[in-house]
Amino acid sequence: MAYAAGVDVGSTQTKAVVIDSARNIVARALTETGANVTRAAENAFQEALAAADVREEEVEYVVGTGYGRYKVTFGNTQVTEISCHGRGAVQMFPRTRTVIDMGGQDTKAIRVSSSGEIVDFCMNDKCAAGTGRFLGAASAALRIPLDQLGPTALRGERPVKISTTCTVFAESEVLSWLGKGKKMEDILLGVHQSIAMRSGALLRRVGIEEEVTFTGGVARNVAMIEALSQRIGVRPNVSEDSHFMGALGAALFALDHILGSRVPAESRQAQP
Amino acid sequence: MRYAAGVDIGSTYTKALILDDQRRIVGRAMRPTGYQLLEAAEQALGQATEMAGLAPREIGYVVATGFGRHQAGFADVVVTDLTAAARGATALFPGTRTILDVGGQTMKASRLGERARVQSFRLNDKCAAGTGAFLEKTARYMGYSTEEIGPLVMTSKEPVNISGVCAVFAESEVINHLSQGAAPADIMHGAIVSLVGRSVQLMKRVQMEPEFTLIGGILRFTTMVNVIRRELNTDVNVPEGDLVQFVPAYGAAVLAHRGLEKRGAEAAAPAGQGRAVR
Repeated sequence: MAYAAGVDVGSTQTKAVVIDSARNIVARALTETGANVTRAAENAFQEALAAADVREEEVEYVVGTGYGRYKVTFGNTQVTEISCHGRGAVQMFPRTRTVIDMGGQDTKAIRVSSSGEIVDFCMNDKCAAGTGRFLGAASAALRIPLDQLGPTALRGERPVKISTTCTVFAESEVLSWLGKGKKMEDILLGVHQSIAMRSGALLRRVGIEEEVTFTGGVARNVAMIEALSQRIGVRPNVSEDSHFMGALGAALFALDHILGSRVPAESRQAQP
Repeated sequence: MRYAAGVDIGSTYTKALILDDQRRIVGRAMRPTGYQLLEAAEQALGQATEMAGLAPREIGYVVATGFGRHQAGFADVVVTDLTAAARGATALFPGTRTILDVGGQTMKASRLGERARVQSFRLNDKCAAGTGAFLEKTARYMGYSTEEIGPLVMTSKEPVNISGVCAVFAESEVINHLSQGAAPADIMHGAIVSLVGRSVQLMKRVQMEPEFTLIGGILRFTTMVNVIRRELNTDVNVPEGDLVQFVPAYGAAVLAHRGLEKRGAEAAAPAGQGRAVR
């Protein structure tokens, strides 16, 4: 049996996925990226192998993606995360035409063709506003674990209006709302709506075409799905594996290579 | 004798300063602003009053400024921070034409005309990369506190290139530099160079001209002053010691002093003539 793997080295977390030749996910692994990017990639890959009970020699091709993709030293090649998220999303939800990917430090809006090729994309590359870090700042300021942000925000009824753009300043704004006696859930609902507003603007720049698929770590946040749906007027597809979509896309490109079709060269992806 | 006070409720710190009738500084105090703005203003003024050895009733006139100025209900008058800074800077350095104010969460540049009038100004309070928060964050990513920035950067030999695009993204940049063996002092120095780049951009947008007066908490760091001096290729005025943080409070107190004089003149005017016409 041939196996292929994708390793997605994100700014915050590193994800690895192993698939079989029938495109089924046989294992996934997740680890914090930290300072040693190469080690994080290796750890995620080894963990996925162990979980799949697959030996390293059985994996015929490995594709690295994400901002740290060139640090995947054991990988055979690299593909941009834009291509990988598009590919992964179309594999999971074949009718996907628009992808919104929210990660730890970036948010991307991607439009794809029916075959999963990139038509257009748009991302925040200069500023952390409207990314997962905004939720991280709120979580730190309010001392609520990240995975509780969504459920808490869903209880909100009167969202506050978050006026700061900068993630650094958001932390103080969140605290000042608390100081003014606002409820935790109303502040958090406001935070989610503020991020949804920014991602909605990003999506409109590439054009929203249905179906929309929401990927990246933040897609696990129920309040974010809700706020985004309201903002764009479309309910996005969300997979249990949304967090692994980039790694899945990378693994699919690796499988293409094994099965004989061509891996899109990095240079070609630079001008989608 | 009646005293005049200026209170500057800033985004990070609240400052109060008291002048006697000769416009000499007799007391000043500073405390973190927090979220109770009125309380912060009252406490800063209370501390400054105490330091001056005065009773609260001896403060005859209070001018409030800063982003929280409207919360200081006890003030006789409120003025914008730009007006207050212009007053304070020209009282200290009469030749001031351009003011750069770098605080914890803001950066402001203004150009002055005759009689300390603000002709043009630009401000950034939207992006932390262009404010003192950028230095604070950079320091924190390396495990240093804000107070340690000054001493740390003094030991730098050569600044590391820091892009300074986003205070959040700076974290990965700092971690990368550290893992490549860069010295924290040189990284900090690089962050200062980056912040100075943004300061100069802001000053260009108000058509800067000499003399330059630099104020705000971030100008406590002499490295910041030196890099600005080098970038502008001209000498700059910097108020001494912690006065650099009190310039708008000082300007507000100067205005309060004038308010007191005016009130005195009105009270002394002979009966029947009515109030002095302004």
